[in-house]
Amino acid sequence: MTSKYTITLFTGISIGVLALGAVSLLLFALNISPITVVQVMSAGSASNWMRISHVLSIWIPLLLCASGLLLTFRAGLWNIGVEGQVVMGAIFATATLRLLDGQAEPALVLAIAMAAGLLGGGLWGMLAGILRNQCGVHEIFGGLGLNFVAQGIILYLIFGSWKRAGMASMSGTELFGRDLWLSVPTGWRVPPISLTIAITAFILTALLLAITRFGLRLKAVGQNREAARLFGIRPDLVSLLGMMLGGGLAGLAGCLQVTGVYHRLIPSISSGYGYLGLLIVMLAGYRAVPVPFIALFFAALTAGSIQLPIVMQVDSSLSGVIQGAFVLSALLVHGLNQRKKQRDKQKNKQQGAGN
Amino acid sequence: MIELRDIHKYFGSVKALQGVSLKVEAGSIHGVVGENGAGKSTLMKVLTGYIARTSGSLLFSGKEVEIQTPRDGTSLGIGMLYQEPLDFLQLSVLDNFMAGAADFQRKKMKKKLLALANRFGFTLHPDSPLYWLTVGERQQLELLRLIHANIRVLILDEPTTGISGEQQDLLFGALRSLKEEGCAIILVSHKLAEIEALCDRLTILRRGKTVAEQEQPFDRNSVLTAMFGEFSDQPPPDQNSTVITAGKKKKLVSFHEVCSSTGRSGLDAVSTDLYEGEVVGLAGLDGSGQSVFLKICADLLPHTGSVERFNHQHSTSSDQGDKQAVFLPADRLSEGLIASLSIREHLLLADNTPLFMLPATGREEAQQAIETYNILGQPGTAAGDLSGGNQQRLLLSLIPAKARLILMENPTRGLDVRSGNWTWHHLREQLPEDGAIIFASPDLEEIMEQASRVIVFFDGRIILDRPVDETDLDEISRAITGQVNSECQIEK
Repeated sequence: MTSKYTITLFTGISIGVLALGAVSLLLFALNISPITVVQVMSAGSASNWMRISHVLSIWIPLLLCASGLLLTFRAGLWNIGVEGQVVMGAIFATATLRLLDGQAEPALVLAIAMAAGLLGGGLWGMLAGILRNQCGVHEIFGGLGLNFVAQGIILYLIFGSWKRAGMASMSGTELFGRDLWLSVPTGWRVPPISLTIAITAFILTALLLAITRFGLRLKAVGQNREAARLFGIRPDLVSLLGMMLGGGLAGLAGCLQVTGVYHRLIPSISSGYGYLGLLIVMLAGYRAVPVPFIALFFAALTAGSIQLPIVMQVDSSLSGVIQGAFVLSALLVHGLNQRKKQRDKQKNKQQGAGN
Repeated sequence: MIELRDIHKYFGSVKALQGVSLKVEAGSIHGVVGENGAGKSTLMKVLTGYIARTSGSLLFSGKEVEIQTPRDGTSLGIGMLYQEPLDFLQLSVLDNFMAGAADFQRKKMKKKLLALANRFGFTLHPDSPLYWLTVGERQQLELLRLIHANIRVLILDEPTTGISGEQQDLLFGALRSLKEEGCAIILVSHKLAEIEALCDRLTILRRGKTVAEQEQPFDRNSVLTAMFGEFSDQPPPDQNSTVITAGKKKKLVSFHEVCSSTGRSGLDAVSTDLYEGEVVGLAGLDGSGQSVFLKICADLLPHTGSVERFNHQHSTSSDQGDKQAVFLPADRLSEGLIASLSIREHLLLADNTPLFMLPATGREEAQQAIETYNILGQPGTAAGDLSGGNQQRLLLSLIPAKARLILMENPTRGLDVRSGNWTWHHLREQLPEDGAIIFASPDLEEIMEQASRVIVFFDGRIILDRPVDETDLDEISRAITGQVNSECQIEK
């Protein structure tokens, strides 16, 4: 009998081999040396602190979104609405900054903006949860719809009420005053406070899942709503809370993108990090511990690929191909594992007595 | 016309059919009866080709044939009317009628449908969507579709469940006229009255074997004996008599005109009271209402009518603090336990869940429960990895000490005799004086041994309600098949 950890390790290795093998084959077919690609990408993401901190600036929203998604996945929910939750977090944060600019200490305004971001994402998550509980709209469809609504709102704001003086532009709203930027030390490209928030949020999420009553109930509901009811758990309430918390963390990611990275609201504020978060959590097998590492790997891929067109005339979307290859391999390996498990179970059932 | 010879079907080591033979003549109606798990459905599935048999032969008009897939069955003219109609709810009546037919001319098919419906006295509007129809009407449509496909062997599986009396008369009329036309009809049913009204011959299955065959007129007593086996005259003496005769106690649960549409037969205006100190056994064939009754007791299903529990109009089973009623479902893993949670986590969830818990929290309690309840596993073993008996013991260990109303479906299913006895011993010991156990069981011996009162369900209604020592297995098994002695005041 093999232990759980050996199986997990084996699963991880087979996913990596499968994905890298597939991508290498593709590169060979295109007559590009995979080794050069690796060199360029690693140089682009880790050659100096500036580049590493750039990777970290991508890691932050990924880690936050993935943390939120760990909660919703644990509740058995497919929170596709994570993108919209990032956007709403960014909108709420921008609104706060615009409203309170000059009214209070910048630090206080920023803190309130963070809370607003949390609230915005949380509300958007709650909406998807209510649609699911009260109206029977599956969270995938509800979330997808709400993503479009959020995108509509952000475009309306950027081209309407919040447009720059004289002209509206895809490049977003007016920049905030420097005092409302999260401070970045020289030589860094990432505000230390963002990093702290993201890491803290992840650790709290992991602890919430591992050692609290809420985490246990979330797991119970995610696995078997009917049985959870027999334990006196209210599945609707628990999964709604999961959606709110998950949405809140995504909203926080949106807020940090506004206050720490772009210093304004732009149409593509989420940069697809929400969807990438879904892939990260799936690749982690819905467990917390691998999430920061996979998120870091994905962030490095994204940052490193920026060099590709310059050095090798290869489009930077190669990083997307690599990420996709990993996710497909993960789904494949997990699927095969599942099928094997099921077959074993069936065999056991047939061997056991009873009808 | 069609003959099955020495059919065996094994699922792994489970012998569902062990040498069943059946011969059905053209122009006759042949009944197949048996208790739950006797092998009726498996036999019919073999006949239609839905499942492949392990051994034995099939003869059609005297020639040996091979039926391995449903397609083979259809091409030989074997059609089956399933308990739940297999149709397309979103499509219209006409579209359903045409589905699978060779002819796709709407006008022509519409005419044919109306002509057929007319012939049997069915009223079906070709353009209504199917979800407007009752189960009985859907069944009529399905029957017409099969007749249009020129079936020569018609199998019906419990066709009168869930349809009205009028629809039943129409159906029986249709079956009789099909019989006149030379169709071979097999009727699977647990209702002896309809078997007697319709069938020419009768085969009784028990535990995968043919135990008896009879020609009209049937002898009810010997049919029942064949179905349920010989009973020992005296139920073994037990300790429960002391529990019941403690005099009239207070009401624990009170049902008044409770109806529900869930389950196969739902629940039809059930009124009864359950008292403190009672152990009530619920009998009846699968899906006759016992399970719905239990779940409504546990406040798990919506219903109409009033249910009063613990003298409250509205119970609060969902409140963690007030867990006075517990429900132990029959399908332990899919309804009662959470497969990936460990024994320890289940115990933590069941009662007084602490706000924070470390990996060590509750480990000792779990170890203790494992010893007390004799569960083969570690505190960290996932419920899904436990065997059936151990899952049941885990469920038992989750019953909070303060539980007053214990509701169980098949409490000893899949348990060996020793574990079964242990389970009952434990349940009785744990039950507080003002508590009650209500359980459904297909095993009548278990009900006679353990219960102080028996309630028999038939078609969603209570057909018999007696203290155990005022009834016997004979009366109970009659009631299960829908017959009550005239002295009993409950009308059929």
